[in-house]
Amino acid sequence: MRMKCLMIAAAACLAAGAAEAQYSNGNIKIGVMNDQSGTYADLAGPGSVWAAKKAVADFCKAQKCHDKIEVIFADHQNKPDIGAGIARRWYDVEQVDVMVDVPTSSVALAVNNITKEKNKVFLVSGAASSDLTGKACTPNTIHWTYDTWALANGTGNAIVKTGGKTWFFLTADYAFGHALERDTAAVVEKNGGKVVGKVRHPFPGQDFSSFLLQAQASKAQIIGLANAGADTTNAIKQAAEFGIVAAGQNLAGLLVFLTDVHSLGLKTAQGLIFTEAWYWDMNDANRAFAKEFAAANRDIHPSMVHAGVYSAVTHYLKAVHALGSDADGAKVVAKMKEMPTDDKLMGKGKIRADGRKIHDMYLFEVKKPAESKKPWDYYKLRATIPADEAFRPMAEGGCPLVK
Amino acid sequence: MKRNDVFTFAAVLALLAVLPAAIYPLFLMKVLCFALFACAFNLLIGYVGLLSFGHAMFFGFAAYVSGHAVKVWGWPTEAGILAGTGAAALLGVAAGAIAIRRQGIYFAMVTLALAQMVFFYCHQAPFTGGEDGIQAIPRRPLLGVIDITNDTVFYYVVLAIFTFGFLLIYRVIHSPFGQVLKAIRENEPRAISLGYRVDRYKLLAFVLSAALAGLAGATKAIVFKIASLTDVAWQMSGEVVLMTLVGGMGTVLGPLVGAAVIVSMQNYLARFGEWVLVIQGAIFVTTVLLLRRGIVGEIVAAFARRALRRGKDTAQDAD
Repeated sequence: MRMKCLMIAAAACLAAGAAEAQYSNGNIKIGVMNDQSGTYADLAGPGSVWAAKKAVADFCKAQKCHDKIEVIFADHQNKPDIGAGIARRWYDVEQVDVMVDVPTSSVALAVNNITKEKNKVFLVSGAASSDLTGKACTPNTIHWTYDTWALANGTGNAIVKTGGKTWFFLTADYAFGHALERDTAAVVEKNGGKVVGKVRHPFPGQDFSSFLLQAQASKAQIIGLANAGADTTNAIKQAAEFGIVAAGQNLAGLLVFLTDVHSLGLKTAQGLIFTEAWYWDMNDANRAFAKEFAAANRDIHPSMVHAGVYSAVTHYLKAVHALGSDADGAKVVAKMKEMPTDDKLMGKGKIRADGRKIHDMYLFEVKKPAESKKPWDYYKLRATIPADEAFRPMAEGGCPLVK
Repeated sequence: MKRNDVFTFAAVLALLAVLPAAIYPLFLMKVLCFALFACAFNLLIGYVGLLSFGHAMFFGFAAYVSGHAVKVWGWPTEAGILAGTGAAALLGVAAGAIAIRRQGIYFAMVTLALAQMVFFYCHQAPFTGGEDGIQAIPRRPLLGVIDITNDTVFYYVVLAIFTFGFLLIYRVIHSPFGQVLKAIRENEPRAISLGYRVDRYKLLAFVLSAALAGLAGATKAIVFKIASLTDVAWQMSGEVVLMTLVGGMGTVLGPLVGAAVIVSMQNYLARFGEWVLVIQGAIFVTTVLLLRRGIVGEIVAAFARRALRRGKDTAQDAD
């Protein structure tokens, strides 16, 4: 394996001498790192690898591209130390130029640090923490698809405005859950709502019954689920068993993906309101992408994370080809910020100085089983949150790059 | 030190010293940190016969302490590592004082329970950063002069730390103190009847093992610039048992070999994701069934058998 790597590297060096453009090691190497087999495998996982490869293929179809673009992937098992180990090896030994996706905020923050240290590029699609464009922002990272602030803002605003004034939070007891709860509570209170109580559950949790009973007893109109993945789906399932929604309280999922809704089923998930950046059934380009994606990925339909990976890789390739070099990570990111973004999935947008990619966000409601006409037909659009309101204003993030 | 051992150690050390030329230094440092951790664990199980199932608490807690000291308090690297080691030793005194009152499965369960308490503390305490861990721990120049931001340079520092820990353990098990430990392992009531206060011996061995596990954890935090919940979780306690058993329990070099095997597997088979655990399990079962003494243990036994046969041959010749 090592020998092979060395030989490939040596061959690449020879090739680079002949090429006009200066790509480090003669190739553009894209590393997709995420959860390949655990909780987040369906919403990111192998689908993100497919999306990155698809972006490369589409890019090379549309214009002349460098002849060596490679996509590799790895499984970080949602552990920051494993993720950090892989990131270092990729940058030090395997000559990876850009890392993409990386769900799980703790791992993303680790990769964020290492990418800056090695002056490479980090394009975040799967991770949520708004710290990536706040106090942890770097000149080498772009946060592409969504973040905790955007979710809290979209969902919190919409629900309070439609009459959900009193809230009770069910929060995963770790940094991510606390951040999501804090951001949402701020939005709720700003809009005149009231937080009547909260309870923290251990992460990961299986039995939510005692927490849900507390939520029920609080008589709050809205039970906000400040957690993710299996915690969210378990809580929703158990809430359905207790008849909480039937009794008149509503659930607000603060981080829900298409694949979560799929695993819950419409009967359980109906009526759930949440914010996302992209949905496959919104226009023809998305539907065509979803069709190809599903055919290649066990019929799973793409989530916003997959669309974000596609969009981010496309824009990265544009910037690198415009520069004619991928050697200096900070320069590539500066070029990406300078160029407006435009691709078939996420449309036109831009990247702010703090590394935040700006685009519209959407507020969705899960359909009733009777409304769903075809497989994976799950969402109806409640509102579009315009790009300039969807994300945290730059001045409030505390990013040192913004002066 | 026995002459054979001197040769073996010199050869191993020479090999370790040239390896960075061929292998990624960060990976080698990881092997060395885990090897030291396994050596510390081996001191307890191999020479005192105490199976601790909570050694991750020393390893992980020391990682947090050294990470916090270096990053937040701005301590120099060596002070940070010492702080981690010291914290692990103190934790060892507390945990050991409770655990050594019981033997066998009860001892294992008490250590596991204590380790879970430490895990919970690390999960909740503000200074550990919860799920995020302590990240971006700086590598400050060692003793103010040696620049350890270069991985190869730092590798030799880690090698020195490992050698120190390794020789310390070697010295301990070949001292009169070590002889008493082995006596306790073989027959505790008899050691008591001979007048030894076995509890004191056991506690001292426990604290020593905890401190060295802490040294390994503190070093790892500086190597990877991160201290996280993985280091303090119960799976880590299981992993060190695995390393020691695969390498050879109660042998001096066994933990080093075991750590190299397990860490290499995790590194080179990483692409198979969760299958690594299945493969690890299969290798563990195979080792336990076919190589009861572990890899190094079987090699040592093979040499011993040959020496014995040769001894017999010469004895027959003399007849």
